[in-house]
Amino acid sequence: MEGINKSFGSARVLKDVHFDLDHAEVHALVGGNGAGKSTLMKIMTGVYTLDTGKIFINGEEVAIHQPLDAKNKGIGMIFQEMSLVQTLTVYENIFLGSEITRGGLRDIKEMRRKTREVLEKLGIDIDPDTVVSDLSVGMTQMVEIAKAVSKDARILIFDEPTAALSDSETKRLFQMIRQLKEQGISMVYISHRMNEILEIADRITILKDGENVLTEEIKNMTLDKIVSGMMGGTSGQGHRFEWVERTYDENAPDLLTVEHLKVNNKIDDISFSLKPGEILGFAGLMGSGRTEIMETLFGLRKKEGGRVLMEGKEINVSDSREAVKKGFALIPEDRRKKGLVLIHTIKHNATLPILSSLTKGRIFNDEKKANKVVNENMERLNVKAEGINQTIGLLSGGNQQKIVIAKWINSNPKVMMLDEPTAGVDIGAKGEIINIVRKFADEGHGVLFVSSELTEMMAICDRIITIFDGKFTGEMKRRDIQSEEELQNAIQRS
Amino acid sequence: MQSKEAKRKKFQIGNFTVYIVLVIVFIFFSIILRDRGFLSGGNLLNVLRQTAMVSVMSVAGVFVLGAGQIDLTVGSTAAMSAMLVSLILQATNSIILAVIAGIAFGVVVGIINGLLVTKLALPAFLATLGMMQVVRGAAMWITNTAAVPITNNTYNQIFGTGYIGPVSVLILWTIVFYIVGYIVFHRTPFGRYTLATGGNEQAASYSGIKVKKIKMYVFIISGALSAFAGIMYAGRMQAGRYSFGDGDEMSVIAAVVLGGAAMSGGTGSIIGALAGAILMGIISNGLVLAGLSSAQQKLINGAIIIFAVALSNLVKRKKQK
Repeated sequence: MEGINKSFGSARVLKDVHFDLDHAEVHALVGGNGAGKSTLMKIMTGVYTLDTGKIFINGEEVAIHQPLDAKNKGIGMIFQEMSLVQTLTVYENIFLGSEITRGGLRDIKEMRRKTREVLEKLGIDIDPDTVVSDLSVGMTQMVEIAKAVSKDARILIFDEPTAALSDSETKRLFQMIRQLKEQGISMVYISHRMNEILEIADRITILKDGENVLTEEIKNMTLDKIVSGMMGGTSGQGHRFEWVERTYDENAPDLLTVEHLKVNNKIDDISFSLKPGEILGFAGLMGSGRTEIMETLFGLRKKEGGRVLMEGKEINVSDSREAVKKGFALIPEDRRKKGLVLIHTIKHNATLPILSSLTKGRIFNDEKKANKVVNENMERLNVKAEGINQTIGLLSGGNQQKIVIAKWINSNPKVMMLDEPTAGVDIGAKGEIINIVRKFADEGHGVLFVSSELTEMMAICDRIITIFDGKFTGEMKRRDIQSEEELQNAIQRS
Repeated sequence: MQSKEAKRKKFQIGNFTVYIVLVIVFIFFSIILRDRGFLSGGNLLNVLRQTAMVSVMSVAGVFVLGAGQIDLTVGSTAAMSAMLVSLILQATNSIILAVIAGIAFGVVVGIINGLLVTKLALPAFLATLGMMQVVRGAAMWITNTAAVPITNNTYNQIFGTGYIGPVSVLILWTIVFYIVGYIVFHRTPFGRYTLATGGNEQAASYSGIKVKKIKMYVFIISGALSAFAGIMYAGRMQAGRYSFGDGDEMSVIAAVVLGGAAMSGGTGSIIGALAGAILMGIISNGLVLAGLSSAQQKLINGAIIIFAVALSNLVKRKKQK
């Protein structure tokens, strides 16, 4: 791929990016969020079309305008969210859309035989008649790979393939990748897990703000070098958020204390405490257990061991209603799925957790009071909308997220937990959200904060705990962290 | 702009398409059936009287569809409740006992439906489809399909045949349920919780709402109100019959959807459902007066329902663009 340019509106996402892939090579592609990795790969697989630039396969220029073009050129993608039909069997999935027929009827025998052939070649031990939903996550991914290979893919793109896998499943995957390499297949490997990249990749390309930083043989690279490549230099877009040192009483009694928290195989022995007015960040890779800690505190997951104390008193939270009563609020990771009722109005979403307190005589909804609260929310959080009765699904991501936050500010929690609150939010709204959270903490509330964007973590947190595979790996005061690189390094440490 | 919208929201009448269709159908029948007494006060009250049972069940239907559920047991629950009421009246002549037993039966059906959906995680469609057959079977079995006459005139007067002035008690009961239903649905937190559960169950749960409890309540309301509809059927016909309410589940769903609810949950309007129920009552009344055979009535009835729902969907899609 040469001189690739792509803009969305006025934002230039890729600037003259170059990327090449050798035969039988595993080429890692890394960069922070918004560096352009996904966009580049979506161009390669025909999801987006490029503005300018050229793509060559085996030295021959090709045009990829739609996903089918990419498929025909032998480019396959292993999706983060698996793309198999859960209720169909393995062989039905592998031949979905390209069924072998005989006289107009499906030739099941032949499809089974061919499926078995592909699976055997890849060393996967699964019966072709297994229904996909019965397979483990790791096995499902293997089937996905088999599906791509059965379509004669010569180039495979892996996007964060190990995020949902266990250690042993990751090992299996690496075996498979090596095997595919021997069969002459080239692979692009996108991951935030540098140790995996150092183990499996042959070469690495680092992107930053839509530009090439470097392409290098992996044997010449170290963890430090990769991280400084991702972070180094000045930001091209200047969207850094400044850290503002906040003050709170560090010797005050704990607001929240968590001791030896254990949640089946996701969280192992996590302890931490939170002071009133403090913003505590959890830093870790995707799937490291950040979300699970918050969901457990909010009563959505069952804790298996450990204690949770609110203001020194032990509490047991068995469901979300209980959690709200005890003073927790959770701004969930997936705003559209878990945060909002998209078909309802701004007002109805913003008042949902506090309806029972917005009543006349404890029975009837007090519409006037509700209107007042929501109008205040809109003003305070600078929400841009036609009015409080606008359907929330029609707002932009940033404005939607502000309403999710408003909804929980209204419930006046002691501890607010935010899980990737700025995902899918434009840069202006991001800054505003960060300020809202700061202000909320300034009022003496505790905040737990998770974000994949380290810039944000660095801007907002007073203290950061690092987690790897559900285990505590370190704790740092923000003022002791010199650079984002230092934090990135800490996250990669197991 | 904002004040205008606020005003419109003050009295929640839901999707306006159903009212337009209602007016069109009404005018149409008024013209072509003007010689057959369609417009006479007596006939119009008759329409309301005949649709009273479906109207009452539709109040609950708004809650059920609003919560993203479906309840197919309403018709058979009404029948079984009518059977129980008439049998108890026959045995004890106690109105209070009979009514309590009838409604209690409806509550029990609601609890079973709710448990099947929340504890065993059955889809509401299948759970209530099965329960519909079970309850209808029980209603047939209890007297071996024989009807049970009700000789208690006070009962019949209160729940079916009586009049206050020119207005049937059936209509008065309907009004009572619509007022209470409207307040609970549009003016209490429970109504919002119901819609949030149907609109996005996960988000509702993340907001601290006990969605399973909401679903239980919704099925219980539906059971209780269908049982009351059965009490009205029994009073009106002065007997209990296993065949009461046959097919009412479909009329209720049609009325509620015509009134602006989505089958997928999260929306709905009590007044809209009333308009939907009346619309269907007017259509069948008009078709009878026009002298159509019952086969022809069924056919046209179905076609009009499809037309009305399609129209309101079209309007909704236009508005979204």
